[in-house]
Amino acid sequence: MVKVKINNTSIEVPKDFTVLDAARHAGYDVPTLCFMKDINEVGACRVCLVEIEGYDKLQASCVTNVREGMSVKTNTKRVRERVRTNVELLLENHNRECTTCVRSRNCELLNLAENLGVTELEFQGQQRPRYFDDYSPSIVRDSSKCILCGKCVSTCKDVQGIGILGFQNRGHMTNVGPAFQAKMNETDCIYCGQCVNVCPVGALSEKRDIHRVWEAIEDPSIQVVVQAAPAVRAALGEEFGNPIGTRTTGKMAAAMRRLGFDTIFDTNFAADLTIMEEGYELLDRIQNNGVLPMITSCSPGWIRYCEFNHHDFLPNLSSCKSPHQMLGALTKSYYAQARDIDPDKIYVVSVMPCISKKNEAARPEMEQDGHRDVDAVITTRELAKMIKQAGIDFNNLPDEGFDDFMGDYTGAGVIFGATGGVMEAALRTVADVLTGQDLQAIDYQAVRGTDAFKEATVKIGDLEVSVAVVNGTKAAGQLLEQIRNKEKTYHFIEVMGCPGGCVNGGGQPKVTQHIRDHINLAEKRAQALYAEDLALPVRKSHENQEVKHLYDTFLGKPNSHKAHHLLHTYYTKRVK
Amino acid sequence: MSKTRSLISEFFDKYQIDHFDDYIRLGGFKGLKKALEAGPDYVIEALKKSELRGRGGAAYPAYKKWSSSKERQAPTKYVLVNGDEGEPGTFKDRDLLDKDPYKVLEGLIIAGYTIGAQEGYIYIREEYELIRQKLTEAIAHAKHHNYLGQNILGTDFSFQVKVYTGAGAYVCGENTALIESMHGNVGRPRVKRPRVSEKGLFHQPTMVNNVETFACAATILAHGADTYANAGLNGFKGTKMISLCGNISKPGVYEVPFGITLREIIEDIGGGTRDLSLGKFVQSGGASCALIPYTHFDTPYTYEDFDKEGFSIGSGAIVVANGNIRVVDYLSSVTSFFEHESCGKCTPCREGTKRMHEIIEDLCRDQASQKQIDRLNQIAYTMIDSSLCGLGQTAPAATLSALKHFEDEIMESVVL
Repeated sequence: MVKVKINNTSIEVPKDFTVLDAARHAGYDVPTLCFMKDINEVGACRVCLVEIEGYDKLQASCVTNVREGMSVKTNTKRVRERVRTNVELLLENHNRECTTCVRSRNCELLNLAENLGVTELEFQGQQRPRYFDDYSPSIVRDSSKCILCGKCVSTCKDVQGIGILGFQNRGHMTNVGPAFQAKMNETDCIYCGQCVNVCPVGALSEKRDIHRVWEAIEDPSIQVVVQAAPAVRAALGEEFGNPIGTRTTGKMAAAMRRLGFDTIFDTNFAADLTIMEEGYELLDRIQNNGVLPMITSCSPGWIRYCEFNHHDFLPNLSSCKSPHQMLGALTKSYYAQARDIDPDKIYVVSVMPCISKKNEAARPEMEQDGHRDVDAVITTRELAKMIKQAGIDFNNLPDEGFDDFMGDYTGAGVIFGATGGVMEAALRTVADVLTGQDLQAIDYQAVRGTDAFKEATVKIGDLEVSVAVVNGTKAAGQLLEQIRNKEKTYHFIEVMGCPGGCVNGGGQPKVTQHIRDHINLAEKRAQALYAEDLALPVRKSHENQEVKHLYDTFLGKPNSHKAHHLLHTYYTKRVK
Repeated sequence: MSKTRSLISEFFDKYQIDHFDDYIRLGGFKGLKKALEAGPDYVIEALKKSELRGRGGAAYPAYKKWSSSKERQAPTKYVLVNGDEGEPGTFKDRDLLDKDPYKVLEGLIIAGYTIGAQEGYIYIREEYELIRQKLTEAIAHAKHHNYLGQNILGTDFSFQVKVYTGAGAYVCGENTALIESMHGNVGRPRVKRPRVSEKGLFHQPTMVNNVETFACAATILAHGADTYANAGLNGFKGTKMISLCGNISKPGVYEVPFGITLREIIEDIGGGTRDLSLGKFVQSGGASCALIPYTHFDTPYTYEDFDKEGFSIGSGAIVVANGNIRVVDYLSSVTSFFEHESCGKCTPCREGTKRMHEIIEDLCRDQASQKQIDRLNQIAYTMIDSSLCGLGQTAPAATLSALKHFEDEIMESVVL
């Protein structure tokens, strides 16, 4: 521990603290724009400046370590003026269409400018050239709003292990983008959207599809069916001021009904169905010498990553479509048939914590018999925007349920949104099927938690099933390398493309860096899902009555010919 | 008596690179032999006695850097020669490398021996392609004659040298950016944690010095610290390679004694400013340094006297401007340089260099306002106070000194 003085407060802090850590510890907030603990410690934005006794220049507190006896001032005239000038300089080179910007409500630059009292910019010089790219189905890049903090660059390269984004040119002409100004859809970007989540401004955002959804809702000849992924309910409340980790399942269903969606299904139902299809696929591979390890295929970011970077593992991928695609396919076949609706008149909307799902839904193969599985994908953020547009008082909504037929779900389906959840759900079902028993010990703690890599060996009857769970593509790539080198062998691997799983997906509500620095976002949101799992009467996918009904009346049995036709897909080797 | 000296530059133009024996006959590599004979502590003592300071611009005492590098315990250490020489108006490293590459090599080998490194790298700016070839040749000859490689001159000391070419960015003269670029990354400075001396090239402890510092070290070892120190005037120690250019009759690289005045450099060595107009100011040390007005031309060329006035020895560049040069026009070339060379990493430098240049351009067109002058000051002090690296911290120096010494002339361009 070392003794430091922050303004008038003397405190003792661990000696590996930065001045920023110490200041916050002492109760003084120091603004930051580029800082991300352990990920982007570059000292580039120069707004976390402090005065330190003995230094003639101001120091960036985020990259300066404390020393014994250090005396720091965070709020002097000099500090305020310099920080303010730096923020003014950023604003002078910033596309200040703040009123119409996607981030107008939660822009970190705007907030900082407001706090500093920047009410007027007297000088407007030349701004650097603008690159605007909305060619991909998932992501929009607008360099005119970029403040060059580099958080997206570090996140893509160091967190996800990909490295699509980089700095180009120099000085005032610096910009962030793919090499040679390629469009995002010309790169091997997997659309995980982690860059979108960390962008402090509106330079990176999801491709918005709200208008298409409104149009469908307002067309009386179309039946609009909506579904929401498990992770959405664990975060949607944040958009309405609720604490992180608030579970809003009932209000979400109620809000969707009030938005005018005709039918409210639940992707959780399809998660249970996925477990049946994927579970039986795994059993088949184990029993008939199929390609192992089998790897999950629910995460489209992960799929794209595998298609671009690890073609040799394509045969290992489960052939199952992701749950929302399954539900879309069934809506236009099973449901349409049962209710005698022309599938052409059904419009399926998926609410996802993910922006890669937009690209997934647009993949040419994601259709059957001429009908697109899913017609529009919107993110958790977009759903919140629609609720606000419709003037719905979200927090005072009653809790409502999903519609029958494909709205029932079990605890196993709920935890799909957290890393380890798919694995745990699969194990619950596979264990019962293999032993022929209704097992009671179904909490597989070894695969829970937000560590990037987890592994376990589970004894099911006579079979020792070895499994691994990874989240984030960097960890996935490392694991595949170990498997390739025969350092590791497994039966089954769950991969989620985003760190922490879908709860931390690229379409989830924005959380400012300040809060991200202090909490484990994925863990908090996952807690909501595990709580719901515990609260549900049925917690195993194969006990979902509606899923059973689906097999009895329509599909036959898991992995049947019909199930394959509707619910399974194939993968393509893609070249960078 | 000539006002220049011939110590660091003693062998300039006196030998051909493939006549290695001639070089030895001239007295070359005497410093290395002395070092190998007397040991690392002797080297550091000699550097201390000669008061040699780093010649890249920061003027950090060389013996301190060398002894802390020596004390650092690590299995692998590197010595790195910073030959990026990007400071406008500076070309003395070019002459050192071109006219006596063996002396630079000698200094590098001495440094490797002193701090206990096994390998040295010479980082040369992209434009010095011919020099790179020459240096590569010199390394081969030195190796052939056992002044480099395994068991140098029969001792236990082995040392290898490699040459690396930069890609043209000024900021890569900054040590951390230089190393980033050698790693194949974008040449941007990193925050100073850890320092290059702890974790530099290939993540090993690295000692970086300017080309001239190595040549000086070799000279000091060859002739003794006293001989070198006594070459200075009026008690100031040693000599300095300067690059003299601008409105001057005899531009070029000269070795001058510390203690000489600027007036002597301009008039006696440089033959006066061209076309008979009087000298108006010089910019000493490079684009990142203050302008020195003619009223201060009698200032002795020493670290101490320059510091007192807010001037810089810096890299040894001396750009002379005569009475025909408008201060704002000169500033425009300086601010345009920094706008172009800012790496773009930190806010004050990336945005500030651009805005400063815009305001100077308005001054050049006689269209600036008083508010812009205020803004110019505000941005300049923010850059000095909060830029990440030396580039942004020093980029405003010329402008601020001009506002101080040539306020009246500049205010003539302020119309609003």
